[in-house]
Amino acid sequence: MIPITTFHYLVVAAALFVLGVIGVLTRRNVVIVLMSIELILNAVNLNLVAFSRMWGNLHGQVFSIFVTVDAAAEAAVGLGILIAFFRNKETINVDEIDLLKW
Amino acid sequence: MNPALNSGLNSAVNAGMAPVATPWFFYGLAGLAVVSGLLVITRRNAVHSALALIVTLLAVTGLYLMLYAPFVAAVQIFVYAGGIMLLFLFVIMLVNIERSSKDRQFNRMWPVGLAAACALLALFMTAFVKGKALFPDRMMAMPESSNTQQIAGMLYGEAGRMGEYTFAFEIASLLLLVAILGAVIMTKKKV
Amino acid sequence: MPNFIMSYLGIKDAITPGAAGSQFWALVYVFIIFAGVSVAVMAMNWLERKALAHFQIRLGPMRVGPHGLLQPIADAIKLMLKEDIIPAEADQFVFWVAPLIGLLASFTVYTVIPFGPSQAVSDMNIGILFMLGVSSLGVLGIVVAGWASNSHYPLIGALRSSAQMVSYEVAMGLAVVSAILMTSLNATGTGTLSMIGIVQAQQQQGVWFIFKFFPLGLIAFGIFAIAMIAETNRAPFDMAEAESELTAGYHTEYSGLRWSLFMLAEYAAMIAVSSIAVALWLGGWLRPFPNLLQGPAWDFIFSLFPGLTFLGLAAIAVVGVVRMPSHSFFKIQRIGLAGFAAVLGFIALLLLIIAVAGRSGDASGAMSPAARFREGIDYVYWFVFKVAVFMYLFIWYRATWPRYRFDQLMKIGWKVMLPISLVVLIATAIVGVLVS
Repeated sequence: MIPITTFHYLVVAAALFVLGVIGVLTRRNVVIVLMSIELILNAVNLNLVAFSRMWGNLHGQVFSIFVTVDAAAEAAVGLGILIAFFRNKETINVDEIDLLKW
Repeated sequence: MNPALNSGLNSAVNAGMAPVATPWFFYGLAGLAVVSGLLVITRRNAVHSALALIVTLLAVTGLYLMLYAPFVAAVQIFVYAGGIMLLFLFVIMLVNIERSSKDRQFNRMWPVGLAAACALLALFMTAFVKGKALFPDRMMAMPESSNTQQIAGMLYGEAGRMGEYTFAFEIASLLLLVAILGAVIMTKKKV
Repeated sequence: MPNFIMSYLGIKDAITPGAAGSQFWALVYVFIIFAGVSVAVMAMNWLERKALAHFQIRLGPMRVGPHGLLQPIADAIKLMLKEDIIPAEADQFVFWVAPLIGLLASFTVYTVIPFGPSQAVSDMNIGILFMLGVSSLGVLGIVVAGWASNSHYPLIGALRSSAQMVSYEVAMGLAVVSAILMTSLNATGTGTLSMIGIVQAQQQQGVWFIFKFFPLGLIAFGIFAIAMIAETNRAPFDMAEAESELTAGYHTEYSGLRWSLFMLAEYAAMIAVSSIAVALWLGGWLRPFPNLLQGPAWDFIFSLFPGLTFLGLAAIAVVGVVRMPSHSFFKIQRIGLAGFAAVLGFIALLLLIIAVAGRSGDASGAMSPAARFREGIDYVYWFVFKVAVFMYLFIWYRATWPRYRFDQLMKIGWKVMLPISLVVLIATAIVGVLVS
C-alpha cells in the first residue's frame, strides 16, 4: 500500500476544518456552533503536529499545546457568555440572539 | 532488543516501539474522525453531538500517537476530552430546553454557508495539488522516549537558559487566569 | 506457530510486549489482566459484604456457599436474569452507551499498570499522564448516564458526582506531580513519566517516595489517598450515590446487567487508582526493605511470602471447616470449604516449590528460567499485596466514617487539599534543588 505521508494527515485536517466551518455557518444551536469551533481548532492542531513530524523538530507540538490551552480558555468564556445570555432571553438559537437589530 | 523483531526503520525509532500495521490504523482513525465530525454537525440532539465530538477527539489522539507526539496526545485527552467536553455537557444540561429539539436545525442561510465551505474545500484541494512538491515525502522519525523532556526544555528552559517558549508559557497561564475570572464573573447572578 | 511464542522466552533482557512489538504476547497479557480484574472485582464484592458485616458485628452472607464464597456468582446470575428496564422518555442510544464509556475508561488504564519491571502490557513514556487522563474520561460516563435517565434524582446525582470528581482530580494531579518531581533527583537530573521508570527510580534512590524528604512524601501520599477516595465516589465521599441520600444517584434507573457494568467500572477504577498510589509512593513491585536487607538469603526469605500467604489463607479455611456445625445440613458446605482449602493449599505448595527452585547460587550472571520465573511471581505478588491492602482500607473507611455533606466535600477539595498540595509541590521542588 502507499506509505502514509504528511499529505495524508493534511487531507484529514482539511476535512475536519471544512466540517467545522460548515457547522459554524449553518447550525442554529449555539452550543453546537461552539463545538464546531473546537473541531476547527483540532484540525489546526493536527496540521501543526503533522508538520512538526515532517520537519523533525518540536516547534509544531509546542505550538499545538498552546492552541489547546487557548481553546480551553475560549470554550470556558464562550459557554459563560451563553449561560449569561440564556438567563436574559430563554433561547439558544443564533437566529434569535439579535438584540442589536431593530 | 532482539533484532529479529525490528522492522526496517531507522534506529531513532527503535528507541521506542516499532510501528505495526500503520495504514490500517491511519485509515481507521482518520475515517472515524471524519465520520464523527460529520455526526457532530448534523445531530439534532446536542448531547449526541457532544458524544460524537468526544469520539472525534479520541480519534485525533490516536493520530497524534501515530505522529510520534505522545505528550500532545496526553494533553489532548486530559484537556479536551476530559475537561472541555465535560464543560460542554454541563452547559448542555443547563440550557437544554424541550423547545429546542423541535426547532429547525439549520438556519436560513444554510445554502450560502455550504457554498462558502465548499469554496474553502476547493481552495484547500488546489493548494494541496499545486503545492505537492512543497510537502516532501520524507517523514523524519522522532525519538519517542525523550519527547516529554524536549518539550519541557522548550517550555521551561534547560541547562541554565530560558526556553524558547517560556515567555509565551507564562502569558498562557495569565490567559487562563483571565478566562477563569471571566467565566466566574459572567455567570454570577448578581455582579 | 511456536516461533512467536518462543520468541518471548528467548529474549535476553526482559521487556514489555509493547516495547518488543509482539502483538501475541500483548494480547495474552491483556487477557490475563482482564481475567484477573474480573476475579478481583468479584472477590472485592464478597470481601466488602463480609468485612462490612463483621465490622457491624454480624455475619454477612453465609448461605450461598461456605461463608458466602459463592455469593458474588449468585449476584452476577441474578443481575443477568433481571428485567432490563429502560425509562420511556430516556434517550435510548445514550442510555445504552453510558455504562460502556465508564467501563472503557476504567479498563483502558490497566495497559500501563506496572506489575513488574517487564510485566506491563506496554510501558508508555507518558504512563502516569495517560492513566490520569483516561480515568478522567470516566466522569463523562457518569454525566451522560445521569442525563440519559431523564429523571431528576439521577441528574442531580450525576452533576454532584462529576463536580466532586473533577474537583479532586486537581489535587490528585498536583500530588502526582510532586512524586514525579522526586524521580528527577538522580545523576542525570532527568525524571520520567513512565510507570515502570518511576518504580525503578525508587529502586535506584533506595527509598520509597512516601518516606522521601519526610514529611513531604507522606503528605503528598496522604493527599493522593484522600483524593482517590473522592475520585471513585467511595465513602466517606459517596454523597452522590449512597442509597439513603439520593436513591442511588446516577445509576438509579439502571437495572440488571447495566447496573453491574457501573459497579464493575467503579471497582476497576478503585483498583486502578490504588495501583497508581502503590507505584508512585509505595515502591510498586519492590519487596519491603530492598536496600536495607540485601543479599540472597533475605531474597529467599522474602520470596517465601507468596507461598506463606496462601498457606495462611488455606489454614483459615481449614479452621472454618473444623468449626462448621457437624449437622447433615452442612455436609455440602463442609465439603465445599474443604475443597477450597485444598485448592489454596495446592497453590501455596506450588509457590513454595517455585521459591525454593528459583534460588540461584550466584548473585550475578545469567539467571536460570526458574529464577526469572520466581522473580516475576514475586514482583506481581508484592504489587498485588499492596493493592489488596488499599482495597481493604477502602472497605474499612466505608464501615467507619460517616459521609460528608456535599458542600463540606467541595470545601475540602478546593480550600484544603489544593493549597496543601501546592505547598507540598513547591516545598518538594525547593528541597530537591537544595539537596542536589
